[in-house]
Amino acid sequence: MKKSRVATVNPRQKGVSPPKPNPKWGREEETEVFAKKVKLFRQGKISEDDFRRFRLQHGAYGSRLHMDYSMVRIKVPGGEITPDQIEKIASLSEAFSIGSAHVSTRQNIQLHWVQLEDVSEIMRGLVETGLTTREACGNTIRNVMCSHFAGVCPNEEFDATPYSMAIARFFLRNPMCQNLPRKFKINFACCDQHGLVRVADIGLVPATKEENGAKVRGFKIYLGGGLGAASFIGHLLEDFTPEGRVLATCMATVRLFDRHGNRENMARNRMRYLVHEMGWEKFQKMALKERSIVEMTTSYSTAQLFDVKSQEDTRQLPKAPRMAKLPMLNEQVTKDSPANERWLHTNVVPQKQEGYFTVFITLGAGDITASQLRVLASAIRDYSAEGVARNTPQQNFAVRYVRGTELRDFYEKLASVGLANPGALTIASAVGCSGTTSCNLAITNSHRLAKEVQRKFLELGLDTDDSLRDATIKISGCPNSCGQHEIATIGFFGGATRVNNSMTPTYTMLFGGSAGEQGELAKAAMRVPAKRVIDTILKVIELYRQQRSASETLHHWVVNITKGRGTAGIKDLEGLKAALAEVIQLPAPEQDPDAYMDYGSDSRFSAKTARGECAA
Amino acid sequence: MRSLTAGPPKKKAAKTSPGPAVQLSIVCDADTLRSLVRKKAVRVVDVRKADDYKQDHIPTAVSLPLARVLENDTPEKIVGILEELGVSDKTPVVVYDDTFGALAARVAWTFQYVGHTSAALLEMTFKQWKELRLETEKQARIFPRAKHSLNVNKNIYADAPYVEAAKSQPGKLLVDSRERLNFLTEHIPGAKNIPYTMVGSNGRILRKAEELKRFIENRGIASNAEVITYCGSVGTLSGLTYYALRLAGFQNVRLYSKSFKEWKALGKPKEEFKDATYWDLSAE
Ligand code: SF4
Repeated sequence: MKKSRVATVNPRQKGVSPPKPNPKWGREEETEVFAKKVKLFRQGKISEDDFRRFRLQHGAYGSRLHMDYSMVRIKVPGGEITPDQIEKIASLSEAFSIGSAHVSTRQNIQLHWVQLEDVSEIMRGLVETGLTTREACGNTIRNVMCSHFAGVCPNEEFDATPYSMAIARFFLRNPMCQNLPRKFKINFACCDQHGLVRVADIGLVPATKEENGAKVRGFKIYLGGGLGAASFIGHLLEDFTPEGRVLATCMATVRLFDRHGNRENMARNRMRYLVHEMGWEKFQKMALKERSIVEMTTSYSTAQLFDVKSQEDTRQLPKAPRMAKLPMLNEQVTKDSPANERWLHTNVVPQKQEGYFTVFITLGAGDITASQLRVLASAIRDYSAEGVARNTPQQNFAVRYVRGTELRDFYEKLASVGLANPGALTIASAVGCSGTTSCNLAITNSHRLAKEVQRKFLELGLDTDDSLRDATIKISGCPNSCGQHEIATIGFFGGATRVNNSMTPTYTMLFGGSAGEQGELAKAAMRVPAKRVIDTILKVIELYRQQRSASETLHHWVVNITKGRGTAGIKDLEGLKAALAEVIQLPAPEQDPDAYMDYGSDSRFSAKTARGECAA
Repeated sequence: MRSLTAGPPKKKAAKTSPGPAVQLSIVCDADTLRSLVRKKAVRVVDVRKADDYKQDHIPTAVSLPLARVLENDTPEKIVGILEELGVSDKTPVVVYDDTFGALAARVAWTFQYVGHTSAALLEMTFKQWKELRLETEKQARIFPRAKHSLNVNKNIYADAPYVEAAKSQPGKLLVDSRERLNFLTEHIPGAKNIPYTMVGSNGRILRKAEELKRFIENRGIASNAEVITYCGSVGTLSGLTYYALRLAGFQNVRLYSKSFKEWKALGKPKEEFKDATYWDLSAE
């Protein structure tokens, strides 16, 4: 393998040409301004509060209990990322961060423990490949998400990607959303299954409608959902919002929030509280009325800034060769199946485009090293006909448009750097926020726990059990839900509890959450010491295997229990709690001091937190 | 600009006329080295393992594995080695390795320390040299012994007491060259972190001077500060940072060659950061 200096054209390149153009989200001048502001701040010429506001607006969080360092959040709108961008992130992570990058649950990519003085250099590097950190944090419109299946999903009405990009472009740096009462999240789905539309401030699901004999495009728009210390499911604004009204609907919602949102009480200032306090009917009326005002008053030129056409991928992708079938996608595999078959079964799904497949790259809680990123970039160039990848809210990468005939070669390439672990689309792919590895608010090491769950589950081959496949495990290090524990089949959020007179890292365990258009929030059941979490999940699986009815999956079994519709053995959550009472017990502290410590720590547990910056 | 020759504008001249020996410092680019090799006006020093040298090396290079330099850790012995390699006071020396320049930097610094004034790092590693398909040879080289004077350059050296005293002296700055997570775990109190991974890029062991300058300026470090670099064990990573700082225009740079390994062995104080489990972020 030659370095780019020698070999610039890759003869094996099978992607379409030309490659996707540089999306130009970033602006060079912002990097200079950032470097200057850091100096002024260090010289004491800007107050800490002012600087914090500025820093967050540019995507840099303070790191856990050490303000000399930042977590730099790179926005990846719609999760779409080019090989050039991936390579750039690899280099930047080596030069200025810790040599690895972290995929977040909102399609951002985060670089941790960056010295504040180096943040501007990261921004400078990102601009070269068109990325930005602008408005990745702060009280603004955060990264606009789009289902990683959009465009390839067999169930979608149309590809939502260009709409998500156009919305992201319209609001980025837009004066109307630079100082909202609180952060604001917009998520696009592809269909009713995939996408976090019910847990966003605005969630949009593509829909079509017959009008005068013609099919018109539009969306089902949900407002006022969101996860956090108190979570809510979004409400459907109206049956169908035609595409021509999408911008006005979003603008109206943002304006209402800006005007009526709570700016006083930091703990209750997300839009979902406003909707909740006002009552949905009232909010809905106001939103529709505000939309009329927006439509009547917005200038033509402003409306033109929402340009879906310009965001469409007009490249003609080649047809994939037909192939007989890929048995491993459907047939049973076991822990002892050849690694490649197990991977095919748990990481690959067919697209609506015949002969093409979407391949998932299993990461541990979203972490990937710089050298792995480089191989990933090269694999995308070699094997994805669209020549880009998407990152997913499950903290993995999805590489789409891989020809069925080339899956084997693709696998080999990934396997050479440890990127071909199985289990991406199964219960083994546990989600974990950054927790105590870098977050100021964290109480527990949710990040490591998610990795431990994954390791154990792959070791046990739980990824090969199809009845567990639609179940999810998601873990947050505090009640704030960055790990999205409330939309997990089994979710956890971190806390500190006195157990046997010893302060102990614990998790509140929740059951029965789900994403998608019918998404529901999980219900909290009980506290589990950190070191008992894995055994407790395994116990749940054991109970399920004993008690399930014929075709019931783990996810359905759990959901039925949370609704009091379980089977005789375990009827409801109380029954499940009773069945788990024993497995959560800890031995006495003298017998097993380690059981009272958190993962990644060899000293006595104490919960330490500092000011969160989410609302700063 | 990156190959520093006798007078600033004479870079090209070095290629065409043999003239007096060129004066090298900091980095030497591939073209300059190749022309010096053709004119037999340079001693190329390969600091990789002896076996690697035997496979192939840059034409006319002599072998001096880093381990040999570390084993002969007195100025007298190092001068002895220089003489054995046929390096006189005036012989320009170019050092290279296959470890992103860190081993080469440690050896070049050692030559400078014993009084050799014309030593530079090759701008790239041997791997990159080969990727560019530049010439190599297999033949082991031996040159007639030369005479070299001993003139210890104390100004580029720091030991533990010097480091300890420097902490309280204004205008002196301690720089830790290890990677971020190692630094966070423990470091010499008051040290600032410039990881060695920051100073090179895109196949060059050191970035362009203006980039390095900007990094340092971002950090608000005054260009007239005295900087002492150290790393984890024997001054290799910090050797590279030493040259990065020199390239960025710092006149006054010292290497604490025994580095943090000695510091810890001496039981000196450390600064630790235990409030976060950052190691669990690494995907290794
Ligand atoms: S859920 Fe809590 S611990 Fe995890 S990243 Fe969010 S604020 Fe931090």
